[in-house]
Amino acid sequence: MNIGWLTLLLLLPFVGAVATMLVPKAKALTAKQVALGFSLVTLVLTAIVAVGYHRNGGEEYAETHTWIKAFGAHYALGLDGVGIVLVVLTALLTPIVLIASWNDAQHGRWSEKSFFAWILGLEALSIGVFSATDVFLFYVLFEATLIPMYFLIGGFGGPQRSYAAVKFLLYSLLGGLLMLASVVGLYVISAKAGEPSYLLSDLMKLDISQNTERWLFLGFFFAFAVKAPMVPFHTWLPDAAGEATPGTSVLLVGILDKIGTFGMIRFCLGLFPNASEWATPVVLVLALISVLYGALLAIGQTDIKRLIAYTSISHFGFIVMGIFALTSQGLTGSTLYMFNHGLSTAALFLVAGYLISRRGSARIADYGGVEKVAPVLAGTFLFAGLSSLALPGLSPFISEFMVLAGTFSRHKVIAVIAVLGIVLAALYILLMYQRTMTGPVRDGIEKLKDLNAREVLAIAPLVVLIIGLGIFPKPVVDIIKPAVDETMQRVGVTDKAPQIPVTEGQK
Amino acid sequence: MSAMLLPLADFTAPKIEYNELAPLLVVFGAACVGVLVEAFLPRPLRHLVQLAITVVAVVVSGVLTGILMNGKKELLAAQGAISVDGPALFTWLILLALSLISVLLFAERSIDGGLSAFAGQAAAVPGSEAEREGTAARIEHTEIFPLTLFAVGGMMLFAASNDLLVLFVALEVFSLPLYLLCGLARRRRLISQEAAMKYFLLGAFSSAFLLFGIALLYGYAGTMSLGGIADALSSDTGSDTILLAGTGLLGVGLLFKVGGVPFHSWTPDVYQGAPTPVTGFMAACTKIAAFVGLMRVFYVALGGSRWDWAPMMWIIAILTMVVGSIVAITQTDVKRMLAYSSIAHAGFLLTAFVGLAQAGSGVHNGITSTQAVLFYLVSYGFPTIGAFAVVTLVRDAGGEATHLSRWAGLGKKSPLLAGIFAFFLLSFAGIPLTAGFTGKWAVFSAAWTGGAWPLVVVAVLSSLVAAFFYVRVIVLMFFSDLPADAPDVALPGWQTTSAVALGLAATVVLGLVPGPVLDLAARAGEFIR
Repeated sequence: MNIGWLTLLLLLPFVGAVATMLVPKAKALTAKQVALGFSLVTLVLTAIVAVGYHRNGGEEYAETHTWIKAFGAHYALGLDGVGIVLVVLTALLTPIVLIASWNDAQHGRWSEKSFFAWILGLEALSIGVFSATDVFLFYVLFEATLIPMYFLIGGFGGPQRSYAAVKFLLYSLLGGLLMLASVVGLYVISAKAGEPSYLLSDLMKLDISQNTERWLFLGFFFAFAVKAPMVPFHTWLPDAAGEATPGTSVLLVGILDKIGTFGMIRFCLGLFPNASEWATPVVLVLALISVLYGALLAIGQTDIKRLIAYTSISHFGFIVMGIFALTSQGLTGSTLYMFNHGLSTAALFLVAGYLISRRGSARIADYGGVEKVAPVLAGTFLFAGLSSLALPGLSPFISEFMVLAGTFSRHKVIAVIAVLGIVLAALYILLMYQRTMTGPVRDGIEKLKDLNAREVLAIAPLVVLIIGLGIFPKPVVDIIKPAVDETMQRVGVTDKAPQIPVTEGQK
Repeated sequence: MSAMLLPLADFTAPKIEYNELAPLLVVFGAACVGVLVEAFLPRPLRHLVQLAITVVAVVVSGVLTGILMNGKKELLAAQGAISVDGPALFTWLILLALSLISVLLFAERSIDGGLSAFAGQAAAVPGSEAEREGTAARIEHTEIFPLTLFAVGGMMLFAASNDLLVLFVALEVFSLPLYLLCGLARRRRLISQEAAMKYFLLGAFSSAFLLFGIALLYGYAGTMSLGGIADALSSDTGSDTILLAGTGLLGVGLLFKVGGVPFHSWTPDVYQGAPTPVTGFMAACTKIAAFVGLMRVFYVALGGSRWDWAPMMWIIAILTMVVGSIVAITQTDVKRMLAYSSIAHAGFLLTAFVGLAQAGSGVHNGITSTQAVLFYLVSYGFPTIGAFAVVTLVRDAGGEATHLSRWAGLGKKSPLLAGIFAFFLLSFAGIPLTAGFTGKWAVFSAAWTGGAWPLVVVAVLSSLVAAFFYVRVIVLMFFSDLPADAPDVALPGWQTTSAVALGLAATVVLGLVPGPVLDLAARAGEFIR
């Protein structure tokens, strides 16, 4: 039954973007409703796809058509356990962002409808990126996502938006172009072995010499490390997330940056397993530095949005660590982390956005005593913050625990030091909460309005999911596990047997 | 007595393959007819008639080329002087297609008050009474059409010449009309004339280098034909010194036309001064002809000594990419910026050229250098002409507003035009889903296939630098506020509209489904001897 589900998923938001742009300028409200409608239909379709997913391992909903024969490029889509989780995340966050940013684009450089259209375009490309099973197609979509994000930051952000947009673009292009060199290299190897083909399944069969494999790995890894972002390639993220509207930041950190960690699993581990193992020590140390350095810088921030951006750098450190720990627990934890981080950061950014839009300032020092004036706002802010610091009972706790446990079984020292990241996380979140929400009510805060129905509506699904998956993560883990097992097999590593095996209860 | 008559008795008329050379003959014939029209037709009729002749000639020649391609008949025509092979036919086709668009731009009269972009009377002193009278009387030089046809014919011949002497003649045939066309701008005539003068002097210089190189190679091989030189190389009879000197001098002459660093210095001045439609024509078509000529000479004639010239070409390729993209950053004039960008593109093309990935060498089944370069030329030519066509539309009282600062906020004034220009820039930058990306990908993989992967890395980094200045223009157009004295966007006539539309369509199609053109380039195969 190949009716091209994934193509449909990819086309729908794109059609929505065009339809939104076609609505006359005077009817901004209609345009926004059209956009929201399309994103909701996409969500429903994604839900159908997710329910029909069989969890057998391998690619499901696969479609393959030759695209450019001379390049060996195919239009090939398919979902594995990692891909579907991220597609669901994308389809989920887009309508939430649209509802939450309903009025955020009014003061942008261009019309409101173009903001909504760019977001839908980004959704289409992101779904494509997460489901591409052809390296060429992946690369094309990977680079193409830069364009909507560039215009979203540059067109609708704060005063420094042009600078932030260009910085974002140039960092991403640097990574992307080095990856292009590796992509070209793959083609050459593939062509020498026979018919050139960019299909992942064909590339995995290639016999690549050790040195070449390492160079190609570096090209891919660099692109993903910039994207994720890892220290020291992270400086674009605070600028971009600090200047963009909260909704754009959610899409940037919640979805777009996941392409980096997703790519590490699918392409670095999948195509260059030996080189990945070879690079593990360096990558783990970089990830550790990201965890601690991101957290420390977060503590020192005076701007709420930049603070959240730095927390994400710390979180991405955890994700990368789990991936390169090369244990099934770490990998599963990392994939789950990507999903949970999307939820918790979205909640944090959006609530912070509500706060900032009321007061018109992102400086922490301008706030104080908000919980007395707007209790619901303060409450959701605390909830989002607690989920970000991985409070037990909320979903990020489970993934963070799995990552640390998975890393510990192989790299004890690194895991032990990384635990400090959790302590620092408590520090940056609670300090921010204390400074903005508690204490005496500051000037300019007295008349702060509490959340309205629309704002609560946008946050509610996130809250429900964070609690629900915190208590019962099994459905998601079950989807991820087969894909992780395949990747592990591909890399050729097995989990270390625990030193104290779990035995049947002794009588 | 009888001994003196003998040569005459042995004389046989040279065999000319009229069918295979028909595309060339049509263009040259139409150019001659154009000259006659200029002499005998009353002035009011000339514009229309000349335009019709030119368009018909280009289209007919294109159709004939298509028929030849379909027949897949490759041969050395005109006693081995012209090689009508796959790459030549492919080049003819793209040259003709791009010329057609250029000619449309030349014929545009609605954006500057009913007058074309060309000087009414080139002989009138700029700013003089005679000039004003000429403008008032709406006099115009319709000679540009036959001149263009001569240039196109010369380029076609250049790309197909299988003999160094024919190569030289073809070079002059397409260069001389271009020198003239460069000096014919209606606005800013002094800078236009300066550009023509510079182009002519430097062009003459480079021709001398080329000629000297030809002479030395003749001294080495005893023949002018490319195949003969290749034979001499394989039997290794002559002096290596002469061979190397000849190769070097020939390379200088050809790289001048390509716009390779350090022989590029004419490009920005000439591109800036020439009438913008002519700049577009030169940027696209001259580059195509020159590149195919360069490849033909170095692959066919000098392929045997590739180890001697490849290192030199490596260095020139790196210099061209790096200088082209870095110097472009400092430009403040949109035409100069596009000129440096065209230099950087020449560098990207050179990577595939020195990659030397040839079919049948048995090492791979992938893309060949010839295929990659031919495809890149297509994917570069269409956006280039399109971009220059957009430049003609942004005007103020003094003509085109080419200073970059004048483009600030254009996205507010005319979102469509700015959007199209931004799309062309994204294509130059090599962003996926545009023609530029597939082109870049093709040349990079050809370079890597031939083992030139360090060049690919340099090219990738230069692309990043290049992306910076392309993006800067996009920032300027979309993220800057519109100044009070912003230039106007002229309402284009059907000619410019269709030129931009064709450029845009080609850029989109080549980005999304490049397959057919790539296959066509692959079918063109290799150069024959």
